Amino acid sequence: MTLRLYMLQRITALLMAPLVIGHLAVMIYAIQGGLSAAEILGRTQGSVLWFAFYGTFVAAVSIHGAIGLRTIAAEWGGLRGIAADALMWIVGLGLFVLGAQAVWAVTYP
Amino acid sequence: MAAEALKITIDRGPNAQGLQTEFEVPAQDNQTVLDVVSWIQQNADPTLSYRFACRVGMCGSCAMMVGGVPRWTCRTHISKVLDGNAVTIGPLRNLPVIKDLAVDMDPFFDKWVAAEGVHHGGLTRDDPIAVVDETAPARVEANAGIECINCSVCYAACDTVTGNADYLGPAALQRAWTLLNDAKDEGRVAILDAVSGNGGCHNCHSMGSCTAYCPNDLDPMSAIAGLKRETAKSFFKRGRR
Ligand code: SF4
Ligand code: SF4
Ligand code: FES
Repeated sequence: MTLRLYMLQRITALLMAPLVIGHLAVMIYAIQGGLSAAEILGRTQGSVLWFAFYGTFVAAVSIHGAIGLRTIAAEWGGLRGIAADALMWIVGLGLFVLGAQAVWAVTYP
Repeated sequence: MAAEALKITIDRGPNAQGLQTEFEVPAQDNQTVLDVVSWIQQNADPTLSYRFACRVGMCGSCAMMVGGVPRWTCRTHISKVLDGNAVTIGPLRNLPVIKDLAVDMDPFFDKWVAAEGVHHGGLTRDDPIAVVDETAPARVEANAGIECINCSVCYAACDTVTGNADYLGPAALQRAWTLLNDAKDEGRVAILDAVSGNGGCHNCHSMGSCTAYCPNDLDPMSAIAGLKRETAKSFFKRGRR
């Protein structure tokens, strides 16, 4: 864990804290009176705000989670150097692609 | 307690085939773990290897695993660590064993240097002696760590060292923090760089085994937290390392 990875992980943690709270708050608000795909899409489709909200969320999760898993793989699995970094990039990019697809699917107008 | 015999098991590692590992040691009213080990070496098995020098908690050479935890054996009363009348004594964790209870301390001291735990002087003999204000906050921080005796107890207690051989460890990083706060040390940039790399202070999980086991009641965990704060500040000021 270098200073750069440490800072990236702390900064993404700071970003995620309000995003998680916002996400939970909207969930509680949204399920009042039932939940339907149409209702959700009505809120998110074409919305620059929700695109930015969940886009930032996905980027932060990908970075934060990938660095965390790299540390676990290094300390518990003995992964070193390039192998550890490769795992971090694969996990990070994988999470980002999955998340970005979902964000795009619900916000594209 | 006197007259009773203590049942001492010495962990001599996988190469101990044929060597005696169980010993009966006469109990005394006042007896340290080091006394027990010395009794075995002098009276039962002269081939037993171990290390000590000062016997008064100054030199830091007598640390061993006692009942599974790292301790300075010359200042640990045997009665404090007995389970019934038995205890197991082994070589310090996280360091290569040379023989029996003697470990190779080289990795520990090499990391001390790798963390820039060396003096970075800026003055010459012609300069006046720098005045040190004992009440300055930085001096108070530095003073908190200077009584380290290099015993490696904290290094043996640290699970992060176990999981990551590159990690510099609590003692070396604490020394780096001490020097960073020392008005007479001019190695600020070198120290911050040295503790920001792959094995640097950011690997610490702040679980505090180092602080819990340090026999001198030092607090390497908080020193490392200080390094994390300073490196984070310099990250924004100087840009990435
Ligand atoms: S607080 Fe940090 S240095 Fe101390 S034992 Fe835990 S990981 Fe090791
Ligand atoms: S910090 Fe404490 S436990 Fe660690 S080497 Fe120094 S005196 Fe020993
Ligand atoms: S023998 Fe010197 S500290 Fe124990």
